[in-house]
Amino acid sequence: MALLQIAEPGMSAAPHQHKLAVGIDLGTTNSLVATVRSGMSNVLLDEYGHALLPSVVRYLPDGKVEVGHKAQAQQSLDPQNTIVSAKRLMGRGISDIMDIAHLPYRFVDAPGMAQITTRAGVKSPVEISAEILKVLKIRAERALGGELTGAVITVPAYFDDAQRQATKDAARLAGLTVLRLLNEPTAAAVAYGLDNAAEGVYVIYDLGGGTFDVSILRLSKGVFEVLATNGDSALGGDDFDRRIFCWVLEQAKAPPLNAEDTRFLLTRAREAKEWLTDHMEAQITYVLTSDEARGEVINLTLSSGQFNALTQPLVSKTLSAVRRALRDANLTVEEIKGVVMVGGATRMPHVHLAVAEFFGQDPLTNLDPDKVVALGAAIQANILAGNRGQDDLLLLDVIPLSLGLETMGGLVEKIIPRNSTLPVARAQDFTTFKDGQTAMSIHVLQGERDLVSACRSLARFELRGIPPMAAGAARIRVTFQIDADGLLSVSAREQASGVESHIVVKPSYGLSEDAIINMLQTSYASAEEDKKARMLREAAVDAERLIEAIANALSKDGETLLDVQERLAIEQEMKQLKTTIQGNDARAIQTATEALNKATEAFAARRMDVTIHQALTGKNLKTLEI
Amino acid sequence: MAEFNQNHFALFGLPEQFALDSTSLDQNYRRLQSEVHPDRFASASPHERLHSLQIATQVNDAYATLKNPTARARYLLQLQGVDTQEESNTAMPADFLMLQMEWREAIAEASEAEDIPALEHLLKTIRLEAKVLQEQLHIALDENKALHEASAAVRKLAFIDKVRADIEQAIIKLED
Repeated sequence: MALLQIAEPGMSAAPHQHKLAVGIDLGTTNSLVATVRSGMSNVLLDEYGHALLPSVVRYLPDGKVEVGHKAQAQQSLDPQNTIVSAKRLMGRGISDIMDIAHLPYRFVDAPGMAQITTRAGVKSPVEISAEILKVLKIRAERALGGELTGAVITVPAYFDDAQRQATKDAARLAGLTVLRLLNEPTAAAVAYGLDNAAEGVYVIYDLGGGTFDVSILRLSKGVFEVLATNGDSALGGDDFDRRIFCWVLEQAKAPPLNAEDTRFLLTRAREAKEWLTDHMEAQITYVLTSDEARGEVINLTLSSGQFNALTQPLVSKTLSAVRRALRDANLTVEEIKGVVMVGGATRMPHVHLAVAEFFGQDPLTNLDPDKVVALGAAIQANILAGNRGQDDLLLLDVIPLSLGLETMGGLVEKIIPRNSTLPVARAQDFTTFKDGQTAMSIHVLQGERDLVSACRSLARFELRGIPPMAAGAARIRVTFQIDADGLLSVSAREQASGVESHIVVKPSYGLSEDAIINMLQTSYASAEEDKKARMLREAAVDAERLIEAIANALSKDGETLLDVQERLAIEQEMKQLKTTIQGNDARAIQTATEALNKATEAFAARRMDVTIHQALTGKNLKTLEI
Repeated sequence: MAEFNQNHFALFGLPEQFALDSTSLDQNYRRLQSEVHPDRFASASPHERLHSLQIATQVNDAYATLKNPTARARYLLQLQGVDTQEESNTAMPADFLMLQMEWREAIAEASEAEDIPALEHLLKTIRLEAKVLQEQLHIALDENKALHEASAAVRKLAFIDKVRADIEQAIIKLED
C-alpha cells in the first residue's frame, strides 16, 4: 500500500523496515534474479559470480537435483534426465508442442499438461520450473540475508491463461509469494524507461530463447501504459538453433539420431549460431554415436549468409507480429520514438538489422538484453512489497489474446477483446434452453480465431443449482474477471431468483488443485520437512501479513473512519490472532485470520471510498505530502 | 461506492458530449488508476485488494467506453434512454448497403489474390468513412440533439467496425 503510508506534512515518516523482494526472470534458456538495493536495481550473482542460471534441471541417480551450469554441462550425456527449455512446455499438452520428435525426452500425455518421465519419476514442467525458482530463491536469501517477502515473476506477454497459471503454480511449489506476474516486455520498459527518463511511445522487441513478444508502450510521467502487445509463445532463439540442426541433418544425410546425438547436435547448432554473431562462418563437427551410424563424421561449414537465409522466415514472423501490434495500437512506424531490444537472441546481427530497417531507426541496446527484464521486475517487486522509493510508477498492462465463449456450431463469441487494459471484467447473461433445466455448461476459450478448434480451451464451467423454470425464464449472469496478473476467475448468479449458483470449475489445461497439493506434499517429504510444520508456517506468514496491513490501515485511518466500538472490535480480533500465531494449530490460525479479515470488511470499504474521493476531487495524495 | 453511480463522463471530469478532450481523458484516467490500481494495494488486506480490483476494472471500462467513438456515442444515447438497436434494427439505407457489398467484394478479391497492400488500403478507406460518420455524430449529438439520426449513425459505425475487424483477420491469415 505504498501510496497510503504517508506522513503528516512537515513530519518525517516513521522508520520503515525494508522488505526483501526480488524480480525473477524465469527464462527459456537462462533465468535471473534481481533486487533493488540502495535505490539501484542489481542482478544477484551465484557463488562463482554468474548472473545467468541456465534453465536446465537434471535429475541425478542418487535422487538429488542439479540446476544450472552443472546440469547444462551434462545435458548431452544424460539427455533424458536433463530437461532444458521446460518453459516451452508450461501449460501445454503434447499436441501443442511443436518439434516434439526432436526433443530427447520420454513424454507422458497427462491430463492438463505434458509430463516427462525421468529417473526421478514423472515430472511436470511446473515441478521442473519450481526447481529453477528454488535455486534463485536460495541465491537471493543468501545475498540479502533474510527471508523474501515476495517476488515478481516475469512471463512472456503472449502467455495465455494456462501458461500464466502454470508459472504461478511453479512459484508456489518453490515456496515463493508471488507479488505479481509481470509481462517481460513491460518489465524491460520499466528498467529502460527509468534509466533514461524516457517519455513517448516505445516498442519493446523481445526475442528470448523460446518466446517472442512485442509490446508498444506509452511512457508518461511514471505511467507505463501498454497500448498493444503481440507475439508468438513458441518462437525464439531455440528455433534458430533448430533450423541449423535440420540443415545439418539434411546436408549430412544422417540416419535417425539417438537422444544423445540429438542433444549434442542441438548444442553444436547453438554454438554455431552464437559464433556467427561475430564471425563470417562457423564450423560444425561431430562424430555420431548411434548404432546405425557409429563413427560417422559430420563436418560442415555454415556461412552467415546461409544462416540468415535459413532463418529469414523466423525473422519475418516476428515482424508480422510487430505489424499486428502497430495496427492494434493504431500507430504508424513514424510515431515510434524508440525501439528497445530485449533477449539474448536479439544479438543476432540479421535480427538487429531487420528491426532497424523496419523502424527506420537504430534499436536501443544500452541495457544488457539478458538482464533488463530481471532488473525491471526487481523495481516493480520493490514497490509492490511496500518499499517506497523515488520510482513512483504505475504499470497498465493488457490481455494479449481475446477471451471468448463457445456458441452454437463450434463458433467462438469474443467477450473480452485482446489488448483490453487489465484488470478487466465482462458480465454475460445466459438463459436455459429447456423447461426445468437446472445446469448448463460454459466453455471459455482464448484466441483470435472464430472456430473453437482453432482457439485454446481454457476452462469448462458447469453451472449447477439453477432453479427449475420454463425455458428461457432463468437469467444467469456470469462474470468473467481478469486480474492484474492476467488470470481469469469466473462467478455466476441466477438473477431472477437471486440464487448464487454453485459453480464447478474444470480447467481444460493446467494442473488441478489436487495435483498441486499432491506435489507440495511430495516436495515436503523429499525435503524431509514435516508437512504440518510447513502448513503452520504458511498460515502464520499469511496471518502476519494481514496483521501488518490492518495495523498500517488503523494507524492512518483508524481515528477518522472508525468509532471507538468498531476500533475495539478490530483490535480484539487482532489480539486474538496474535495469540493464535504463538500456538501451533494451523487451522486455528486460518480461522482467526478469516475472523480478522471479516471484522475489517466495512473499514476496508470506507478506506476505499476515501481513496476514490480524493482521486476524483483531484486531491492527489502525493501532492498532499508536499 | 457512491461515486460510481455517477456516469463515465463525470468520473473523468468531462462534459457529457460526443466531442472529446482526449488529453484530459488520458490524464484523468492515469491519475485515477494511480490511486486505485491493484498494484497500490499489493500488501493491503484481502478486502481492500478486492475493492481495488473492482474499482480499477470499472475505471478501465469507463475509459475504454469513452475512448472508442462508437462506444462513446452508444453510451451517450443510452444515457438519454435511447437503445441503438444494433441487434434488432438491421435496416440500412440502400447506398450504405451498396458500399458494404463493395467492401466485402474487395476483401474477398484481395484475400484471393493474397494482396496485403490492397487490404491495408481498404482499411484506410474505411477509416475515412468512419471519420465522416463520427463528424455526423458530433453534429447530431452535440448540436442538433437528433437522437434517431445519431442512433442510425451508431448502427453504421458498428457495421464498419465489424468490416475493419474482418479485414484485419484477413491480413493476419495472409501473414501466417
